[in-house]
Amino acid sequence: MTDREPVMRAERLVKTYGRVVGLDGVDFELMPGEVLAVIGDNGAGKSTLIKCLTGAEIPDEGDIYLDGKKVTLSRTQDARALGIETVYQSLAVSPALDVASNLFLGRELRRPGPLGSILRMMDTPAMRRRAREELTELGITTLQDVTVAVENLSGGQRQAVAVARAAAFGSKVVVLDEPTAALGVRESNQVLNLIGRLRERGVSVILVSHNMPHVFDVADRIHIQRLGKRATVITPQSHSMTDAVAIMTGAARS
Amino acid sequence: MTSNPPTDGIHLATEFLDRSTPASRIRHLLLRYPALSPAIVLLIAVIIFGLLNERFLLPNNLSLIVQQVAIVGTVAAAQTIIILTAGIDLSVGAAMVLSSMVMAQLATEAGGLPAAVALVVGFLAAVGAGALNGALVTRLKLPPFIATLGTLNIFIALTLLYSGGQTIIGADLPELLTWTGSIIDIAGVRITTGVLIMVVLYLVLAFVLGQTAWGRHVYAVGDDKDAARLAGIPVTRVLMSVYLTAGAILAIAAWLQIGRSDAAGPNAAVDVNLDSITAVVIGGTSLFGGRGIIWGTLLGALIVGVFRNGLSLAGVDSLYQTFAVGVLVIAAVSIDHWIRKAK
Repeated sequence: MTDREPVMRAERLVKTYGRVVGLDGVDFELMPGEVLAVIGDNGAGKSTLIKCLTGAEIPDEGDIYLDGKKVTLSRTQDARALGIETVYQSLAVSPALDVASNLFLGRELRRPGPLGSILRMMDTPAMRRRAREELTELGITTLQDVTVAVENLSGGQRQAVAVARAAAFGSKVVVLDEPTAALGVRESNQVLNLIGRLRERGVSVILVSHNMPHVFDVADRIHIQRLGKRATVITPQSHSMTDAVAIMTGAARS
Repeated sequence: MTSNPPTDGIHLATEFLDRSTPASRIRHLLLRYPALSPAIVLLIAVIIFGLLNERFLLPNNLSLIVQQVAIVGTVAAAQTIIILTAGIDLSVGAAMVLSSMVMAQLATEAGGLPAAVALVVGFLAAVGAGALNGALVTRLKLPPFIATLGTLNIFIALTLLYSGGQTIIGADLPELLTWTGSIIDIAGVRITTGVLIMVVLYLVLAFVLGQTAWGRHVYAVGDDKDAARLAGIPVTRVLMSVYLTAGAILAIAAWLQIGRSDAAGPNAAVDVNLDSITAVVIGGTSLFGGRGIIWGTLLGALIVGVFRNGLSLAGVDSLYQTFAVGVLVIAAVSIDHWIRKAK
């Protein structure tokens, strides 16, 4: 993995909010097909970093590269157009819409022929079929019926819908913000399995989490953020959870 | 109830344990098919009023109900798409009357415009009213209730200023403007052109809301605006297009109104504002947005029409008709609350 080009890279990102320094020159690398966890104490700049990488915030200084090419992400739509999908902590799913509609929300398929081009009719059967295929491919077996409204699903199933949507459209990078925070043990495991399956498909995953066991369970590398900077990058093999917490809190140097 | 295959039986059983009681099963059914409860109410009302008075079910009486419903039904269609976005429009009636006065006044001899041009200008006035509401909601970020409370008064004042308080009678108007009141005969049943226009409007709206991406985005915006935005839906543009479309529908209502009353008056249809909201609410569309179906609104308008007509045929005082409509609204909203508890 070492001599490969990172799929996403950022150099010396700076972001300040008035006198508060959110990011103080952060470097960042994400390798193809890896799960990179981003951890850090509250206020360490985790969410600011993620916002800058997904176009939700514009860094004051520094550059972001995707596949070696410099990119400007001024809106979340820019990031999405480049293949960077984000699953937000607040779960951007529409509760009253069904699973298939949610998977295709904002990029509905149209019927072929004049029904689609002139009458702009959606291809509901195709969207349902592809939604089922996508869920099966991701191993989400608890969602058999894609016509169920999302509000009737459990927390884990909703999270699965949100992740499936992020992964569904040939995206390069999927960013997951605290995907297991609101879930029980069994559902958390389902989501962790899902993350593993994304990696098998060659998708690069950025996982923001407070949950050390989850991070050490699923991550290939761990980016530790401290005081607006990248303290270090470790792996679950090289360091223990205690080491990671020590670096995070400043009790140990990397 | 959903048609889950029994492949994952145990899991589903634990997941949906709360569905096992009959009451919650009904609740989920109503949640899934929002037009079901108004359809049942309408059916029961028609049967009861038919039993109370044999004249009620005569084709001509039913045709009269539909004619009476056409204007409120059309205005309520505009109201529905706004309420679906979790908004509300208090100015629909005023915008309709403004549009009808513009159409009528320009088409009279004094106005001097050809009927078709007058119609188009009146149409643009209604779309302009929608654009103003849309701009207040999307640009100034005003709550729709407040924005349209303001424009309600503005449109009423503009109508009175423009018309000088004068009513224009049908005899002074070109035939095109009163065409919507003309009678057509379909297999022995006489209805007005206006009723036909309303039915076509509902068919078009049902298609657009149910089968196009725009329609889905309208629901998504009303359901959860932030989620819609994060999913990449241009929320502001969708909201603006909804208010513009509502304006266009109100122009159609204005035209129907001229045909139905064979006149255009600045004080016409004062009740239509609240009646339109009543129809939407009875039709099962949630005032919190994102839930509902356009056919429910037509059913809601028909329920109100059937109640008024049936009660009056049964010799009930018209004040009690209004009382009954009030009870209907409260019952409908209570059912909506009860259904929403289902999730």
